[in-house]
Amino acid sequence: MKPHSFEYLRPASIEETVACLARHSEDARIIAGGLSLVAMMNFRLVETKFLVDVANIKALNYIRVDADHIEVGAATTQAQLLAWPELASLSPLLAKGMPFIGHFQTRARGTVGGSIAHSDPSSELPLCLITLGGSVMLRSKAGSREVTAEDFQVGLMQTSRRPDEMVVAVRFPIRKKGAGYSFLEMAMRKGDLAICAVAAEVRDGSIRLGVGGVADKPAVREWKDLGDAALDEALNEFAWDLGGSDDVHATATFRRQLIRRLGRRAILEARECRN
Amino acid sequence: MSQLNNDGRSSVSFILNGNPVTGYAEPRMLLTDFLREEMGLTEIHVGCEHGVCGACTIRMDGLPARACLTFAIQAEGHRIDTVQSLAQPSGVLSDLQLAFRKHHALQCGYCTPGILMSSSAFLEINHDPSEEEVRDMLSGHLCRCTGYVGMVRAILEVARNRISA
Ligand code: FES
Ligand code: FES
Repeated sequence: MKPHSFEYLRPASIEETVACLARHSEDARIIAGGLSLVAMMNFRLVETKFLVDVANIKALNYIRVDADHIEVGAATTQAQLLAWPELASLSPLLAKGMPFIGHFQTRARGTVGGSIAHSDPSSELPLCLITLGGSVMLRSKAGSREVTAEDFQVGLMQTSRRPDEMVVAVRFPIRKKGAGYSFLEMAMRKGDLAICAVAAEVRDGSIRLGVGGVADKPAVREWKDLGDAALDEALNEFAWDLGGSDDVHATATFRRQLIRRLGRRAILEARECRN
Repeated sequence: MSQLNNDGRSSVSFILNGNPVTGYAEPRMLLTDFLREEMGLTEIHVGCEHGVCGACTIRMDGLPARACLTFAIQAEGHRIDTVQSLAQPSGVLSDLQLAFRKHHALQCGYCTPGILMSSSAFLEINHDPSEEEVRDMLSGHLCRCTGYVGMVRAILEVARNRISA
């Protein structure tokens, strides 16, 4: 299928992009890699009057480290971040989770900011971001603001980004001292959308578990360190709270079971990797 | 800032298989259609038009890209390579193509140009891949008639031969 017609804009800088959003707001959509957006445009699930291409804006392509965060420019590709030599040591969770994003071919053009802005409930990057307690940097003509991952994604492909704002960077907290991480996912085939994905961060005395692919957005729960029986109990409760629904890929019952099983395995694995 | 209207066609220029080319496209024209219809490159195969099957995979600035998820105008100023870039101008096939032939890694050939473009990019990044890594890379493609065993063998053999060469 072919997309609807639109006007194409290629701003040369962040400033030009936000000026363009200020002018067109809801009528404009930003494109970077286009891996999710163009598929939806081809299906005519998305129509837009103006398509604003930011893929070539250099100021959106960087990986920077400060005291406790890795800041990734929005148009940095997933492949660039995955190939970054510090990734495994500074963010074991991203190093474990990112290979599950699509395929070699799609990660080459798919961007970090695009995946966060698109906010698919079964996407790996939004799940990692919320589990780590990261944030999203937004910019508009009026200024910049930082929104926590928790507040950013509000529902199924819905975020708190205002129409005149663009995602300029994503901030992932660096691995915490003494913490262990794990990421597991179940899909029909590797690279397909997750039926259920889990991300775990285990520290001295605390467990954080994020679950994607089940509710309308990734969800996180934090517990004090739990013994075996209490852990099963807690996971079961989490599974029922998220509910899940039946679709062509899996039943809600199966999804809840995946939370219990994958959740448990991820937590045990993360505990093993603590240092 | 460049701005292209939805109703008119604008010129698009890029480097196609090593040669500068210019054509005309509306913003909504997909790169698949542009390469097939404006440039006459029938090796661009379209399977699904939503990024799943991999048949349309080309290389953009050396990296694999789904042409069906790229607008032609986004290619402006970039380097685009299709499967024609692999063989020498004299028609001598590349080592990868010869290995595909030797290992019967294709039957109908519909998926093959895309898979060759991914594999050629992959082998430049990963010189000594494991079978698992090759299979992981191939998971971005669908082949509906041959299966993947021959492809895995071909790609691993090329990697080994390049290392020992
Ligand atoms: S036609 Fe492009 S991936 Fe299927
Ligand atoms: S050779 Fe026929 S689809 Fe792969």
